[in-house]
Amino acid sequence: MKKLLSIGAIILLTASALAGCAGGNTASDGTVRIGILQLISHPSLDAAREGFLEALAEAGYVEGENLEIDYQNAQGDQANLKSMSERLTKNNDLVLAIATPAAQALVNEGKDVPIMITAVTDPVDAGLVQSMEAPGGTVSGTSDMVPIEKQAALLMSIVPNAKTVGILYNSSETNSQIQADLAKTALEAAGVTVKELTVTSTNDVQQVTETLAKQVDAIYIPTDNTLASSMPTVASVVEKYNVPVIPGSTDQVETGGLATFGINYHDLGKQTGEMAVKVLKGEATPATMPVETSQKLQLVINRETAEKIGIDPDSIVAPN
Amino acid sequence: MDILFSSVSQGFIWAIMAIGVYLTYRILDIADLTAEGSFPLGAAVCAALITINVHPLLAVLAGFGAGMIAGLCTGLLTTKLKIPALLSGILTMTALYSINMHVMGQGNLNLIGKETLVQWLAPLGLSSDMAMLVIGGVMIALVILVLFLFFNTGLGLAIRATGDNETMSKANGVRTDRMKIIGYMISNGLIALSGTLMAMNNGYADISMGIGTIVIGLAAVIIAEVIFHNLTFGMRLLTIVVGAIIYRLIMAIVFELGINPIDLKLATAILLTIALCSPLISNAIKQLGKKKGAKF
Repeated sequence: MKKLLSIGAIILLTASALAGCAGGNTASDGTVRIGILQLISHPSLDAAREGFLEALAEAGYVEGENLEIDYQNAQGDQANLKSMSERLTKNNDLVLAIATPAAQALVNEGKDVPIMITAVTDPVDAGLVQSMEAPGGTVSGTSDMVPIEKQAALLMSIVPNAKTVGILYNSSETNSQIQADLAKTALEAAGVTVKELTVTSTNDVQQVTETLAKQVDAIYIPTDNTLASSMPTVASVVEKYNVPVIPGSTDQVETGGLATFGINYHDLGKQTGEMAVKVLKGEATPATMPVETSQKLQLVINRETAEKIGIDPDSIVAPN
Repeated sequence: MDILFSSVSQGFIWAIMAIGVYLTYRILDIADLTAEGSFPLGAAVCAALITINVHPLLAVLAGFGAGMIAGLCTGLLTTKLKIPALLSGILTMTALYSINMHVMGQGNLNLIGKETLVQWLAPLGLSSDMAMLVIGGVMIALVILVLFLFFNTGLGLAIRATGDNETMSKANGVRTDRMKIIGYMISNGLIALSGTLMAMNNGYADISMGIGTIVIGLAAVIIAEVIFHNLTFGMRLLTIVVGAIIYRLIMAIVFELGINPIDLKLATAILLTIALCSPLISNAIKQLGKKKGAKF
C-alpha cells in the first residue's frame, strides 16, 4: 500500500508538473488557440490540414505570432481519440476535426467550443449535424462528398464500350460505403455490370486489385482512407491489365490514379479554414452555418499513368 | 486534475478489458487475440440495440453475452479441433470482423443523442463525464466482486488449476477442456462488456476500435504485475485497475506534452518503459540511501 502511494505520488507529481507547463491558461494577449484532431496521417488528410492553416494565415492568423495550434493525431488508434478530444475541447477557441471518428469523438465531449469538420462524407449520417443546411449545434465545416455522377460519367467517357466496371474500397469506412453505393447506382444506370470488391487493410490491396483488374474494364475508387494510402500499389497492378482507375479525389490521381473530376483536399481544407475564420471573427456560428461541399471541382489527369495504360491523356475531357 | 479524472474514468473501462485479458493470459496461460474482435463486437451489439431503442442496460448485457459466444468459438477451436491457441484467437478475431460489420450494418454507428446509460443517469443531475465515471466504477466493482466469488468456488478453482498445471488437473479428474472453454467465455464476455462501455463513452462504435486493444489490456496487466508482485487473486484484480489507470495516465501525459504526432508511439513506449522499471529505480534509490546511512 505504501508502495502504491509513493508510485501514485510520483506519477501525479509528474502529471501535474507537465500539466503545469503544457496546460492551457487562456491567453489574454489576443492569441487565438486552435486545436486540430486528425484520425490518421495520409496524403489527403494532411493536405486538408495544410489548406486549413493556409486559410488562417491568409486571414492574418499566423502560427507563433497570434495563433497557437495544438495538433493531435491519433495515428489510427481510436483509443487515443477520447483523451485527445478532452484536451482539445478544454482550452481552445475552435477545434478542427479531420475525418469522421475524430469529429464524433469531439462532439461527444459535449463542450461549447465550435467544431469545424472536414473530410467527413455524410455529417448527418455520422450524427454530427441535424441537417446540412442548419447544423443546429456546435459543428459545421465541409463534407468531402464528391460529384459521383460526374465521376461515373467521366469513367464512361474514357471506356465507352465497357461492360463491367469494378468498385474498390474498404467496407469498414462508412464514407466509402456511401460513395460506393452511389457510384454503383450511377454506373448501373449507364448500363454496365458493377463488380464490388473490398479490402480491410492496406495489406489486402495488391491481391484484391489483381483479382478485380482481371475481370473489369475500369475501376472506380471512392475517397477511401485505406486506398488513398495505397494508390501507388493499385497503379502498379492495373498497368499490367491496362485498366483505367477513376478515384474520388484529385490527390488520389497524383499518387497513381488515371483521372478524376473531383475535389482537392488542400482546397477543401482551405474552404474549411475560411469558415473557421468567420467563426473566430464572430461573423457566423456553427449552428446556423450550412455545411459546405467543395466549391472547386477540377479535372485532374495523371499523364504518366495514362501513357502506361495506353490512353491519350489529351482525349480525356471533363464531363458536362 | 482533469487528466487524473479522465484517466480514472477511462481506466475503469479499460480495466474490465484488462481483467478479461488477464484471465486468459495468466490463468489459462494464453495470449488470446480474440480480444481484438470481441471488444468491437460488444460495442457493435450494444450500439445496434441502442439505435433501435432497446434499454441501454439490456444492450450492455447483450454485448456481454455476444462476447461470451465469441469466447466459446475460440475455446471450441482450440480444445475440440486442436488448433493452437494463438491461431484460434486469430481465426475468431478475423471472422468477427464480418460479424461486426453485419451487426452494425456499416463500419461506424453513432450514438450521439441516443439513450445510453449516460442519459439514463442524467436525472440524478450528473454531468456526462461524471456519469461515465460512476458507470465505469460500478461496473468494475461488480466485475471484481463476481469474479472474486466465482474463482473461489469449486468450478473457479478448477479453472485456475487448469491454467497452473493442466496435466496434474487432468490426473485429478478436472475436465480441463471444459474449464478452458469457460475461461475463454468469461474473458471475452468481459472484453465485450468493456467494448459496450467504450462505445457509450466515445459516442460511437467503429469497426476499427479493436485495433491495438490487446496491447492496452496486456500493458495494464504487466504494469500491475511489475509494481505489485505476488498477490492473491482478489488483490491482483484490484491492482489491474490501478495498472489500467496508470496506463491511461501515461497516455494522457504524452498527449499533454504536445509532442510531434509522429513521435506519439515512441514517447508512449519510452514512458511505459520508465513506468515498468520504476521498481528498479526505487530499489536503487533505497540502496543508495542505505549506503549513505540515510533513512529513506
